Amino acid sequence: MATTVKEASNGDTQLKLTKKDFESDQEVRWCPGCGDYSILAQTQRSLPDLNIPKEKYVFVSGIGCSSRFPYYMDTYGFHTIHGRAPAIASGIKITNPDLSVWVITGDGDALSIGGNHFIHLLRRNLDINVILFNNKIYGLTKGQYSPTSEYGKVTKSSPFGSVDHPFNPASVAIGSGATFVARTMDRDPAHMQAIIKRASAHKGTSFVEVFQNCNIFNDGAWSKYTEKSTKQDNVVLLEHGKPLVFGTDKDKGIRLNGSTPEVVSLTNGKYSEADLLVHNENDTDSTHAFILSHMMDNPNLPAPIGIFRSLEKTCYENALNEQIDAAKEKFGEPDLQALLDAGDTWEVK
Amino acid sequence: MSKRVESLEDVTIRFAGDSGDGMQLVGGELANTSALIGNDIGVLPDYPAEIRAPIGTIPGVSGYQLHISSTDIHTPGEKYDSLIAMNPAALKTNLENLKPNGILIVNSDSFKSRNLQLARYESNPLEDGSLDKYQCFAVDMTDLTRKALRELELGNKVVDRCKNFFALGMVFWLYNRTMDHAVSLIKSKFAKKPELVEANLLALKAGAAYCEMTEQFINSYEVKPAKLKPGIYRNITGNSAIALGFIAAANRSKLSLFLGSYPITPASDILHDLSKYKHFGVRTFQAEDEIAAVCSAVGAAYNGALALTTTSGPGLALKGEAIGLAIMTELPMVIVNVQRGGPSTGLPTKTEQADLMQAFYGRNGESPLPIIAASKSSDCFESAYEACRIAIKYMTPVILLTDGYIANGAEPWSVPRVEDLAEIKVTYAKDPETYMPFLRDEKTLARPWAIPGTPGLEHRVGGLEKEADTGNVSYDVRNHEYMTKMRAKKVDNIANDIPPIEIDGDQEGELLVVGWGSTFGATKTAVDKKRQEGKSVSSIHIRYLNPLPNDLGDILKRFKKILVPEINSGQFVNILRAKYLVPAIPQNKVQGLPFFSSEIEEKIDELLGDA
Repeated sequence: MATTVKEASNGDTQLKLTKKDFESDQEVRWCPGCGDYSILAQTQRSLPDLNIPKEKYVFVSGIGCSSRFPYYMDTYGFHTIHGRAPAIASGIKITNPDLSVWVITGDGDALSIGGNHFIHLLRRNLDINVILFNNKIYGLTKGQYSPTSEYGKVTKSSPFGSVDHPFNPASVAIGSGATFVARTMDRDPAHMQAIIKRASAHKGTSFVEVFQNCNIFNDGAWSKYTEKSTKQDNVVLLEHGKPLVFGTDKDKGIRLNGSTPEVVSLTNGKYSEADLLVHNENDTDSTHAFILSHMMDNPNLPAPIGIFRSLEKTCYENALNEQIDAAKEKFGEPDLQALLDAGDTWEVK
Repeated sequence: MSKRVESLEDVTIRFAGDSGDGMQLVGGELANTSALIGNDIGVLPDYPAEIRAPIGTIPGVSGYQLHISSTDIHTPGEKYDSLIAMNPAALKTNLENLKPNGILIVNSDSFKSRNLQLARYESNPLEDGSLDKYQCFAVDMTDLTRKALRELELGNKVVDRCKNFFALGMVFWLYNRTMDHAVSLIKSKFAKKPELVEANLLALKAGAAYCEMTEQFINSYEVKPAKLKPGIYRNITGNSAIALGFIAAANRSKLSLFLGSYPITPASDILHDLSKYKHFGVRTFQAEDEIAAVCSAVGAAYNGALALTTTSGPGLALKGEAIGLAIMTELPMVIVNVQRGGPSTGLPTKTEQADLMQAFYGRNGESPLPIIAASKSSDCFESAYEACRIAIKYMTPVILLTDGYIANGAEPWSVPRVEDLAEIKVTYAKDPETYMPFLRDEKTLARPWAIPGTPGLEHRVGGLEKEADTGNVSYDVRNHEYMTKMRAKKVDNIANDIPPIEIDGDQEGELLVVGWGSTFGATKTAVDKKRQEGKSVSSIHIRYLNPLPNDLGDILKRFKKILVPEINSGQFVNILRAKYLVPAIPQNKVQGLPFFSSEIEEKIDELLGDA
């Protein structure tokens, strides 16, 4: 929190931290070529710019490849149990709102075993940042389908193809009332850093989905969006207040036909930028964000990358602390003996 | 007309009616009034799991039993001296335990054909002579209440709901209770509906006046104040006492209190109580499920708070993995399990002690933790306080066991003076030069508590096995064995930090009755009685179930026979047999009810024969 940063830095408004300050002495043990390395590096590069003292960061994770993340950060870290990081992080944030709390999770951890905690964290809007590494596979258990794997996906546990319909993480988050929802990619470092900084600045639960490549069990799952040759035609960058334009020559746009998004050409004279959907990340109605988040489920539409939604809403921990302050004001300093002696008492002599 | 007042040493009264008849309310009020008069009391609320089962049916019967005494008592009584039955189903389910010639007050207005059918009576018991061995008072309570409230011009539906206070008025007259407290209860409970204040007050007074006027009642009774130890007393339920114990521990240790909880019968009242005490800085978090509840507490503990989670058996089953995490990361917290009948959903509103093995072993891996059990409602305060002391001092999760009987039951509690409470010292790690996450204190074997926000102590913990001292992840097999032993040794060491066992009775002899948890009252009553009869029987009560007290083995060997009564199929008895190789004898009951002292007395007689 701003006031504490000031105190901690003795009036020097800029803390002099570098990426190195956030690197722990532990050897990083992800498979060579894993997308996790990039997310770790972008996080370590972003934190020095946030002007928060190092001791105030807490990274909390569940179970899975992504969840080893806290061991590699030289901050407070808690590698917990499968799916439960949001609940543990909630206990941390509630008992000390001054901390910068981050949940590091994966598609299985957040959306399968931890689905319940995930949606309730978003609903309560604690000021916690959640980064979901979505590789659409169970990596640590060596290659079973996950709740984001596509229908028909052939894996060790679905040799005839998965018959599960997948979740779209950003849609789940929007549906759960998340106040900040964003999407970025392991292969776009600059974009990821910008998103991490925005997530941190947001007061309330920030949810960031990262397209992350598992080069061992699901290699190339996101290549359509991440490879130079295909990226421009398959990704649309969300920018607040701007129309949705994409394509190598910025020659295509997204227009709403009723409530259905469709790709239109900007070069055939039929449509201009004025006809396109203009992004408004502050829209209080979630319909706009929901339409955008679902676009990637349609193979004919590009996947939006960026911030879907960013709204101010009361944070759980602030509301709770206001109640506590109000009670203290009303009832005065707590007196334990008076509390024990309260109610109908009698004395035996 | 002057009527005779007879003095009684003690009396057991049972209210029984439909779930919606307000039996718990008036029973509780009689308990509070009696406690304020200075009686010792014991209470057994006995109600169905359904909020409102169909009216008039047997499953819908709600009972409240109260033992009022002029001496120090330990149970809610067994056979009742008087039964107040508001309908045929209540009579049917409760008559069995009314003493011969006991007082039976029934609301005769409800003994109509439909209700008799619902209660499966083939003939009206008020008319067929089946109640002749009791002093039966058939009173038209519904009609009398309507007449008393006639001038208020309220609908019959509202008026009929006041008949519980009419019944209470009768009992107040019958046992010479003062009405002051009941009057203030009615005024505060119905403060927002002044017409109900007036209606219930009128009903209460009408009930008493009816007894005074009618020729039916010749005798009334009194129970003189009990000679309890000097002190300030208040009437308290186990759940309320637990909440206060935690607040006291937080206050004395200067830690902020955090409760992560999910509503579950019969533990929810602890959540309700703690939610009220915001001015003490208490943070309560009603989580999305039992797992989130315990996990939020683990997070709070990691952050340096006094962390709690409260639940009942099914919830404890769900919390197992997270408790294992707290054991692995050696974080202090208290897990309260208010036990109820199981397995699965079982009997949510009935009592049982069948989660002891779950508390010991209900987690994966070698995962020992301290276990404490409260013995009675008023003991819940000290047990909760002690659980916190041990958790913090030894950096470990602690399970505190109570059960539905003592959680909902109430009794007079000698309110402690704050200055008499044990010290709870907290030291957070501060020094980056000497800090290592798993460098243990030589004496307690506890690891240091370094909380986020402390400069220079940034470190990582987690559920993976860690290297001794550094706390770094370690898959080294010898290190794993070492750490497993250290975690166990730390818990075992706590045996050196708990008081010696007090033997009630001779220090050696023929028979030792060993109790834990809520069997205390019935055991104490039975053993006292048998000793007065000259039998060689003593008793001990074990609060610290893990680790067990150091002197237990020696004490067990001084008695020829050992009896272990439990409200389960024999769990603690097996621990004693395994650990001390003694032929302890189980006495078991799983009827959702506490032991009657007579059951233990019979067992003592059986084991001692003519000895």
